Amino acid sequence: MTQLSRRQFGLAAAFALMATGAFAQTWDQIVASAQGQTVYWHAWGGDPKINDFIAHVGVQAQARYGVTLEHVKLASTSDAVARVLAERDAGQTTGGAVDLIWINGENFAAMKAQGLLHGPFATDLPNWPLVDAAGKPAVVTDFTLPTEGYESPWAMAQLVFEYDTARLPAPPADLAALKVFILSNPGRFTYPQPPDYLGMTFLKQVLHGVMADPALLQNPVNPDSYEADTAPLWAFLDEIHPSLWRSGQAFPANEPALGQLLADAEIDIAFAFNPGRASAEILAGTLPDTVRTFVLAGGTIGNASFVAIPFNAANREGALVIANLLLDPEIQARAQDPAILGFQTVLDVSALEAKDKARFDALTLGPATLSPAELGPTLLEPHASWVARIGEDWVRRYGTAP
Amino acid sequence: MRQGPFLLRLVPGLTLGLLSAPVIAGMAGTLSPAFGLDPLSRDGPGFAALISLGDWPGLWPAARLSVVTGVVSTLLAVLISLGVVATMIGRPGFATVQRILSPLLSVPHAAAALGLAFLIAPSGWIARALSPWATGWTQPPDLLILNDPAGLALVFGLVAKEMPFLLLMILAALPQTDAARRMTVSASLGYGRLAGFTLTVLPALYQQIRLPIYAVLAYAMTSVEMAMILGPTLPPSLSVQIVLWATEPNLTHRGTAAAAALLQILLVAATLGAWRLAELAVTRLLRRVASAGRRGAWLDGAFQPVVLILGLVPALALFAGLAGLGVWSVAGLWSFPDILPQNLTLATWMRAAPTLWQISATTLALALVSTGVALALVLACLEAEHRFGLNPSATVLWLLYLPLIMPQVAFLPGLQMLALSAGVQGGFAPVAAVHLVFVLPYVFLSLASPFRAWDGRIAVQGAALGASPDRVFWHLRLPMLLAPVLTAAAVGLAVSVGQYLPTLLIGGGRVETLTTEAVSLASGGNRRVIGTHALLQMALPAMGFALAVGLPRLVFANRRGVGLA
Repeated sequence: MTQLSRRQFGLAAAFALMATGAFAQTWDQIVASAQGQTVYWHAWGGDPKINDFIAHVGVQAQARYGVTLEHVKLASTSDAVARVLAERDAGQTTGGAVDLIWINGENFAAMKAQGLLHGPFATDLPNWPLVDAAGKPAVVTDFTLPTEGYESPWAMAQLVFEYDTARLPAPPADLAALKVFILSNPGRFTYPQPPDYLGMTFLKQVLHGVMADPALLQNPVNPDSYEADTAPLWAFLDEIHPSLWRSGQAFPANEPALGQLLADAEIDIAFAFNPGRASAEILAGTLPDTVRTFVLAGGTIGNASFVAIPFNAANREGALVIANLLLDPEIQARAQDPAILGFQTVLDVSALEAKDKARFDALTLGPATLSPAELGPTLLEPHASWVARIGEDWVRRYGTAP
Repeated sequence: MRQGPFLLRLVPGLTLGLLSAPVIAGMAGTLSPAFGLDPLSRDGPGFAALISLGDWPGLWPAARLSVVTGVVSTLLAVLISLGVVATMIGRPGFATVQRILSPLLSVPHAAAALGLAFLIAPSGWIARALSPWATGWTQPPDLLILNDPAGLALVFGLVAKEMPFLLLMILAALPQTDAARRMTVSASLGYGRLAGFTLTVLPALYQQIRLPIYAVLAYAMTSVEMAMILGPTLPPSLSVQIVLWATEPNLTHRGTAAAAALLQILLVAATLGAWRLAELAVTRLLRRVASAGRRGAWLDGAFQPVVLILGLVPALALFAGLAGLGVWSVAGLWSFPDILPQNLTLATWMRAAPTLWQISATTLALALVSTGVALALVLACLEAEHRFGLNPSATVLWLLYLPLIMPQVAFLPGLQMLALSAGVQGGFAPVAAVHLVFVLPYVFLSLASPFRAWDGRIAVQGAALGASPDRVFWHLRLPMLLAPVLTAAAVGLAVSVGQYLPTLLIGGGRVETLTTEAVSLASGGNRRVIGTHALLQMALPAMGFALAVGLPRLVFANRRGVGLA
């Protein structure tokens, strides 16, 4: 596993090296051109905490670089993808409406394949050397696709499970124990309905746990062995579905809906793609302070959140400045603050200057957040072809008849 | 003055021209991916998208769900609204009903659905109020109330949301039916209230509310937000599945979404046709009943209480759900089975406050501009139709209604392409223009029938006294139709305020409104934030409706019999 990711990292780094020098402008010229620009950052707007964080980044961008940041709040990232696509189809190659886009996984793969992204740019950012690309391979590999500098990371995410100690004193330790919990507590567990990304993450996590050789997940699906490879996943789901919330006849739509079920005590175990979510909600007074998090033995799936710049962005220089600012240790530490977002940093904290390292050392974990050691190993996202096949099969098996 | 009629004569054509360009572009934008004609298509021109739609195992259940929930909810909403009006007409309290209902119309669909969901969920307000003392529940029971496979929760939500709209439409149309005298005559002949209403008032009334009913039916069949929150998910209704396909991150199912949009248009058209046939059948039936001379007085005792309860329950549920969201907007920790939050906080409101004035002003300006233009165009069209004896053809009506029944995710990419190709980069004016595309049909269908039903003899009398057609319009027709005009304006405002995707896509993210803010926040499912923004979003159109109800009373304080029934 580790070896594999190292090799992938090496590959990505090689690409990055080849790309160096692609900038016609020096960084100083970029900063100079960026001054006075207004950058329209299209980003999901569903979480007030994240919206506040982006607003703070805007304040900093204005103060440090004279760049105005406008957060275009989206209900779905694909709304921004659709806009860029329409601009390309209409032949608009400059002056596009989207300057910066919060993206990862399939949206990134699709935009990159369609040639809708500007780049490579990420490895040329002045703050790039601070990024922990060796220790956190997910910052250069998005769903096994090498990012090749076409997107710049700004936050780490890892799957953690959430539970209320007031209702459940001892959470299950591994996938087998989770199954026992589900079967012996009917109606107290569920997952978001695939193809929702968190629901898909749960399927990937289960697949990882029940598959004979999980290393296969890093390669594209082999059509010949697909049935045999995934049979244990469907067996697992067939077994737990009758004992799920609403007996598997209805599923929550997405991560917020799942979190709401935990808050309403409709279920006992939820999960999220942000190890700090529970702490941030407790500190905001919206979850009881008895909520805690846990991971499954053997590790949970993790990935990174990125920003990318469309090929026709009107304010490209300003967007580069923002992408770089997001990697600033001060901003990164703010994102990791459990009272602000609780997002894990993409930087290599141990290699930072003393002053910047101190910012991270000063952070407490938050009441429900696990320490990096407790979080355990991060499993890499499977190749995107697995997601597509499993998603389709889920819909075929469970998605059209309750 | 002399040029007036000439210009007026051009307005219907001008309006059609204004509307047809975006509608045709939107349709082209839908059709081309359905047949593999867009740049993203992997298989090139052909029927791959239609085949992939046919291969989806959920197609039949999803389509059936859309039709059944749409028809059942519309039928219930129509019957209950008519029953309530028949029961209440001419009685004290009728005006109160109207005043209470108006703000409900302006509730955003998503907020109404979330409010209802919070009310009836197993962990919701009703369960909390009864737990644990009456139910013994210390944690919510595992009951399938929301998202039930039959779509009952969705039907309930649609009825609750559409009833206020229909009632308001009926109330705007009633003055043109001479309802009070018809009721008096039928009562003096020994007819019961319900029977008298059905046989004497309804025939005149239904003519006027037919188009709004069609709009309700089309809306119920194509609604996305309500179906997403309250409807089944295995599979969801066709409208929801279209959105899911269109917004899939890997962009591979946009063709399937377009093909499904096409299917949805056909389904809506077929259902509207079936509804029309049913109207004819009911008409024959009522004629037979009428000529049989049955007075049906017994119906009143049996059905009036039922009708009132059926009318009250959804309305109260809607109110309670919104009140619940209101409490959520100031809630700290609020766990099951607490009936109220443990602590209260203004944090959610404070967070919304800084940008509130600016985005409220933008929202209001967009609504006023689009509604104002729509109202002017519709009034001019209707007046031209009246003066020059024009008759809109069926094609024209379809053109008008396409923006209402097309799924916005399928319709808007084409529209966006048109805007971009024309070099329109986003900003206020293009957004106001695209709002007009959606506002105009609603204003037209709210206003057309009451306008046409106005008693023409008054105009003849005015002309006999020497008044020019212009003077008749400004001094007689318009003042007498003030109530329906204002209702249409209020509906227009509510429609404009509710636009999310058009504002985002055509505005290029440059135009921020209460709704772009609210919908993106609602995607996070946070009840506190949704509560805050639902109340804000309600406030603007609610002011519009308050004016629609209050202004005629003020203006006509010294003229009895004008204005409201």
